Amino acid sequence: MLSLSRKDLVSLVVFAAVVLTMPIWLSPFGAAYPGLMQKFAIYAIFAIGFNILFGLTGYLSFGHAAFLGVGSYTTVWSFKLLTMDILPAMVFAVIVAGVFALVIGYFSLRRTGIYFSILTLAFAQMSYSLAYSVLTPITNGETGLLLARGDPRYVDQIFGAQMNLAGLPQPTLIGNALGGYGGFYLCAVLLILCFYVSQKIFASPFGLALRGIKSNQTRMNYTGFNTKPYTLAAFVISGMFAGLAGALLSITDPLAGAERMKWTESGNVVLMTILGGVGTLFGPVVGAWLIKYFENIFSAINTNMLNSFLSFLPDGVQSFFVTVLSKFVGEGWHLTLGLLFVLIVVFLPGGIVEGVQRLVARFRGGGQRGKATSPQPAE
Amino acid sequence: MNQPVPNIVLHAADVHKNFGGLRALSDIDLQVEEGKTHAIIGPNGAGKSTLLNVIIGRIPPTSGTVVFDGTVLTGKAPYEINQLGISRVFQTPEIFADLSVLQNVMTPAFARRDGAFRINMLRSVDSEAEVRDEAESILSDIGLIGRRQDHAGSLSRGDKRRLELAMCLIQRPRLLLLDEPTAGMSRHDTNTTIELLKKIKSGGMTKVIIEHDMHVVFSLADKISVLAQGRIIASGLPQQIKEDPRVQEAYLGGSVE
Repeated sequence: MLSLSRKDLVSLVVFAAVVLTMPIWLSPFGAAYPGLMQKFAIYAIFAIGFNILFGLTGYLSFGHAAFLGVGSYTTVWSFKLLTMDILPAMVFAVIVAGVFALVIGYFSLRRTGIYFSILTLAFAQMSYSLAYSVLTPITNGETGLLLARGDPRYVDQIFGAQMNLAGLPQPTLIGNALGGYGGFYLCAVLLILCFYVSQKIFASPFGLALRGIKSNQTRMNYTGFNTKPYTLAAFVISGMFAGLAGALLSITDPLAGAERMKWTESGNVVLMTILGGVGTLFGPVVGAWLIKYFENIFSAINTNMLNSFLSFLPDGVQSFFVTVLSKFVGEGWHLTLGLLFVLIVVFLPGGIVEGVQRLVARFRGGGQRGKATSPQPAE
Repeated sequence: MNQPVPNIVLHAADVHKNFGGLRALSDIDLQVEEGKTHAIIGPNGAGKSTLLNVIIGRIPPTSGTVVFDGTVLTGKAPYEINQLGISRVFQTPEIFADLSVLQNVMTPAFARRDGAFRINMLRSVDSEAEVRDEAESILSDIGLIGRRQDHAGSLSRGDKRRLELAMCLIQRPRLLLLDEPTAGMSRHDTNTTIELLKKIKSGGMTKVIIEHDMHVVFSLADKISVLAQGRIIASGLPQQIKEDPRVQEAYLGGSVE
């Protein structure tokens, strides 16, 4: 029941190893600090969930940031009202995001293609504006929802936990404070769990039905599948993944702001998935890591760093290269990312994962193209 | 007098379909006997495909009803009609181009169990050995077993048609609707398909077939209805149809080959 095929099991073990050893292999890239690695894990969860909708059913949602935001707000409210323990916070975030996705999905999925995308975008922008204006009592508007010492935390009160501390309370996991690497390993373990769930969905008859919907919805209908609940289920599941990601954002940094629901966030997860490889297991994760790396590391490179990096070049050449390259780093990281995105979409429509698969196939088959993944009997 | 009363499994009664001012179908009364192969022939634009679309729930009739084994089909969603045991082969093959040939055949097999909706996350497609074996045996029958791991989109047009037929057969439908199942096939493939359809015929499945190729029609049909300008102008045994002067005038161009 909970087992995986051999191939998937190998993937899962490799994936778990890669995620858990992040602090080691990321250090040469200057990214091995918990704050960033947490983001890597969280946004990978977001993208994995998004891929269950977009990658399997082909429905392109432009509003998934709404669920990220809902997850964040729910988590902070759970901290404020109930307890600083993260387990109930995560459970509530996933449930509330799921309900939210059910409502938005129910309406949006009445249309397909570009109209579906526009509807999800509209719903997400609506949520964003509401969070900024009308819903200020819940969302605390522009300032964002913050923890306060005076929060009731009724459950914690009963158990008398964390009531006498100076300063703001910290999120805990069954009484243990999470800080630094604790937060990272929490996100990492959840990412591995989400990857496993995504593997199960990909391999199941449910996943096959979703792929059938992407490939030919007409045929699915005339084959006896009621495609509506299937697409809605995929939408809700991916919304719940986003809710969990939002919860983790607020757990690792206990605040929630409306900007998490902004359309740029929704656009980011689309970019991540396409960059890595739509409909593949690893693609969204790779894409999420790449984009977060660019956003945090590439954007921090400045002219001085370029100068010292290129100091081996003659003066004139050095200043020429520094001038050119400085347009692509620091503030200009969007430019690099944009170019990369264009190149990948044009030359590798299947994303980075497809590129890697092609390379592997070329090494193995000695130039033999196409998929020879399993032996084929002669006709 | 002692003849057994034929069991009518599909009955399209008094079906009309207008597209704007165009009368695509008028006064259609089609009765299909259980276990028989019923061919619908007629010139281009006679309304054959429209009739099939009305039966399958793709387009609603302007008036009239379609009854399948005591259940009214009119107004039901396509997936519900399929769940009652009606499968259809389309004129342009509707297959899952992005999936492998084997997955194409396995997906419909899950429809009866999961179609109305079931999140079946704990099982894996690979562990459904029974379904896979059945799919592979059908692919063998149909001559596509060697290509089971290929993308269905890479098949030739004729192979796509055969694949679509396999997708219908795995559902073991009680009624199979075939919209020109051999169009675009080579002579050899056409004959293979005829043989295959004959084999199913002995299995007791009812079939409604639209076909241009008279060779196919007269090899398979137990009964033939002729459609011209949206009306059924004749209905009967193949021999009667061959000899019917109205049919020869309307469709066969005055004489049968």
